[in-house]
Amino acid sequence: MGLFSKQNKEAFTTPLLNNNPVTVQVLGICSALAVTAQLGPALVMGISVTIIVALSNVVISLLRNTIPNRIRIIVQLVVVAALVTIVSLILKAFVYDVSVQLSVYVGLIITNCILMGRLEAFAMANKPWASLLDGLGNGFGYASILVIVAFFRELLGSGSLLGYQVIPESVYELGYLNNGLMILPPMALILLGCIIWVQRAKNPEL
Amino acid sequence: MENLLNLFVKSIFVDNMIFAYFLGMCSYLAVSKNVKTALGLGTAVTFVLLVTVPVNYLLNNYVLKANVLVDGVDLSFLSLILFIAVIAAIVQLVEMVVERFAPALYASLGIFLPLIAVNCAIMGASLFMQQRGFANVGEATVYAFGSGLGWMFAIVVFAAIREKMAYCDVPKPLRGLGISFIMVGLMAIAFMCFSGLKLS
Repeated sequence: MGLFSKQNKEAFTTPLLNNNPVTVQVLGICSALAVTAQLGPALVMGISVTIIVALSNVVISLLRNTIPNRIRIIVQLVVVAALVTIVSLILKAFVYDVSVQLSVYVGLIITNCILMGRLEAFAMANKPWASLLDGLGNGFGYASILVIVAFFRELLGSGSLLGYQVIPESVYELGYLNNGLMILPPMALILLGCIIWVQRAKNPEL
Repeated sequence: MENLLNLFVKSIFVDNMIFAYFLGMCSYLAVSKNVKTALGLGTAVTFVLLVTVPVNYLLNNYVLKANVLVDGVDLSFLSLILFIAVIAAIVQLVEMVVERFAPALYASLGIFLPLIAVNCAIMGASLFMQQRGFANVGEATVYAFGSGLGWMFAIVVFAAIREKMAYCDVPKPLRGLGISFIMVGLMAIAFMCFSGLKLS
């Protein structure tokens, strides 16, 4: 089996769209919604989750033949918790402001269902390289939804992107107002509902 | 006493786990197809919260914080691993008890009981407890109980609406997941009217 055989490519590409972890598998919703009021934290969160999913997939895949079946959940949790601790310390050291904004949601990556779901469904039964691709695919799939939701929430809610004002002053003078509701939690849910609507309308098999 | 009551009401309505923080959404969406199962899962979550948060509070304050165990040693970097280990162990225990004494409930909860271990609401409550620095174990317990009840309330109400939804003519691509999200969003907007609520 080559490094980029058809099977491996599929492990990477299907989670991006047709088997997206957030909109199709319905995993990892909690953090997907909570950190998307602005684009910056959403990007950091997406990248952190991608790294953690990919690495934990590799580690569990390497250990898969030695883990006794009965205690596998605890083993998986410990591996994930160790990786999350490392990432959260790195975030605190290099991007302190963002890590304050993300607050408990970095720690909550441990209980992000995407991780446990991928470990159970994929890494326990596949080789490390395929697991790495699967992890990256799912991580990017998750990050892409985060970025889409955050893009609209920040643009419509604060008129800025990544903290830079993009809607010019003159538009405000014409009477345009930011939609304050966009920044509040409920709009994240409604936006995600709309994304799912669009996706299913385009692809009726889902 | 007033303080505790305030905390209790606040954690149910204002800081609702689902509507304000989106914690525990995965099982919230998956197990809310009928009211009875939702009630079962809500009870299980409340119970697990009620046990894990005080235990983690004690661990946090008497083992992990700087200078409490040994002078000059700060173990707080271990908190994530320790919290999740405590939660996983207690969930295992609850699972065995439920299987032994309420087999019907066990059968209907199915896979979601072990998944409580990775329910963000449980871990989230422990992390919020650490972040907010409650003064004593009583406050932490009241907070846990309130959050659990709030979660249960949210899932039962949602399940009831979903049962009625089955009779509605929803646009096809929106059926199931899409409309559920929009519904939770609308419920969250309704819950926003509680913000600023205070007993005094």
